[in-house]
Amino acid sequence: MPVRLYLNNVGKSFTMHLQGGTVIPVVDRVEFSVDTGECVVLGGPSGAGKSSILKMIYGNYRCDKGQILVTVGDRIVNVADAEPRQILRLREDTIGYVSQFLRTIPRVSAEHVVAEPLIAQGADEAEGLDRARALLARLNVPERLWTLPPATFSGGEQQRVNIARGFIAHYPILLLDEPTASLDAANRAVVVRLVEEKKAQGVAMVGILHDQDVREEIADRIVDVTNFSAEAAA
Amino acid sequence: MKAFQSEDPLLQVRNVTRYYGDRIGCANVSFDLWPGEVLAIVGESGSGKTTLLNCLSTRLAPTAGAIEYRMRDGAMRNLYQLSEAERRLLMRTDWGFVHQNAADGLRMNVSAGANVGERLMAVGERHYGNIRATADDWLGRVEIESDRIDDDPRSFSGGMRQRLQIARNLVTQPRLVFMDEPTGGLDVSVQARLLDLLRRLVADLGLSVVIVTHDLAVARLLSHRIMVMRHGNVIETGLTDQVLDDPREPYSQLLVSSILQV
Repeated sequence: MPVRLYLNNVGKSFTMHLQGGTVIPVVDRVEFSVDTGECVVLGGPSGAGKSSILKMIYGNYRCDKGQILVTVGDRIVNVADAEPRQILRLREDTIGYVSQFLRTIPRVSAEHVVAEPLIAQGADEAEGLDRARALLARLNVPERLWTLPPATFSGGEQQRVNIARGFIAHYPILLLDEPTASLDAANRAVVVRLVEEKKAQGVAMVGILHDQDVREEIADRIVDVTNFSAEAAA
Repeated sequence: MKAFQSEDPLLQVRNVTRYYGDRIGCANVSFDLWPGEVLAIVGESGSGKTTLLNCLSTRLAPTAGAIEYRMRDGAMRNLYQLSEAERRLLMRTDWGFVHQNAADGLRMNVSAGANVGERLMAVGERHYGNIRATADDWLGRVEIESDRIDDDPRSFSGGMRQRLQIARNLVTQPRLVFMDEPTGGLDVSVQARLLDLLRRLVADLGLSVVIVTHDLAVARLLSHRIMVMRHGNVIETGLTDQVLDDPREPYSQLLVSSILQV
């Protein structure tokens, strides 16, 4: 199976200038790869740096050292030193991110929020909205909410809108940041099926999943992040 | 339509410096702007944001440095070597400038329709019926009712004036729009409407935008990239969410940590 994503000797720390320049080491010497159609789950306790690794892959955290290599067609892009516009392009068609929290945009309806990534990939609006509605229905978001902006939805409803948004488009690499946290059993099962469908399409996934059952169902491999502890390496 | 695919920058800025006497307005600013890209310049009052914006938009000649722009024929031209006629044509047609105070960008004593139509006439449109129809269409796109087309902007609210200013700027289908605190001074519900409108128009039209704002929420919503300025210098640049989620410089960390949570 071809490798889609490879992290090589990745390290990250934060320097808190407002706290007298305290340096907080996060991870060091992170090394793992993800193949096509594989779901790798990051394991380890809170604070081990799982989210930071995911955010470095997506490019919203900077990577201090090492390489984050992403296969794009027949090219390899290193996210760690890519130009902002290269990262934006990757986010448009190569790397997707499903997070727990929806960043709502004033006045944009739930179905448009969900359809947006597909439309950005070139789908026309009608097709995008059709697919969006189908996904919202699968995730049990009540139909009367679809045309409303999600700002006033409950936490669980917003989360499901965000999951639909994360899964609607095809990205060869998909990052899952606790997509099932606080979902009920029925919706957890829907997410598990969505992940299995992505796997069947050859999507390489990296996830953070605290839910033991979900983890067992979808993880092909668990990478223990405590092995990359910055203190241990120092 | 896919953004971020073009290989050629629209604007190339190299070492732009502007002194006011021996005081620095902005110093050694360099960046490239690509088609479809929105760049936010953030920083506190007096950081040099507006000085830089004015240099970029040829409203204020820089003391040193070069600014090149890709004309519609594909050639890169140094903005400060254009003839006055070329520069004015560029500002009237291919560029827009949205002022914080709408009255600075509108003609307050002519009708809303004329405010929009005037820019069309500048690009050679002469047919009254066409001009009025296009103006009416643009008023609709910025959510101004058709029956206000003959009213002058003095009778408009602040939010409406700002939307009218945006219509006036976009009617000629510019490729590059400069914005100076476009949501400043508006109350929050009006701001939200304007931001959503701007976000949609920028994406639909594939505009390149340089926006000056001190409001990081505005930068987060509208921009792809951020440039943080302090004392006239660019101290940090990067992807918008990278700078806001993982600010590196002490001053950027202070800015981000100063946002009030609602």
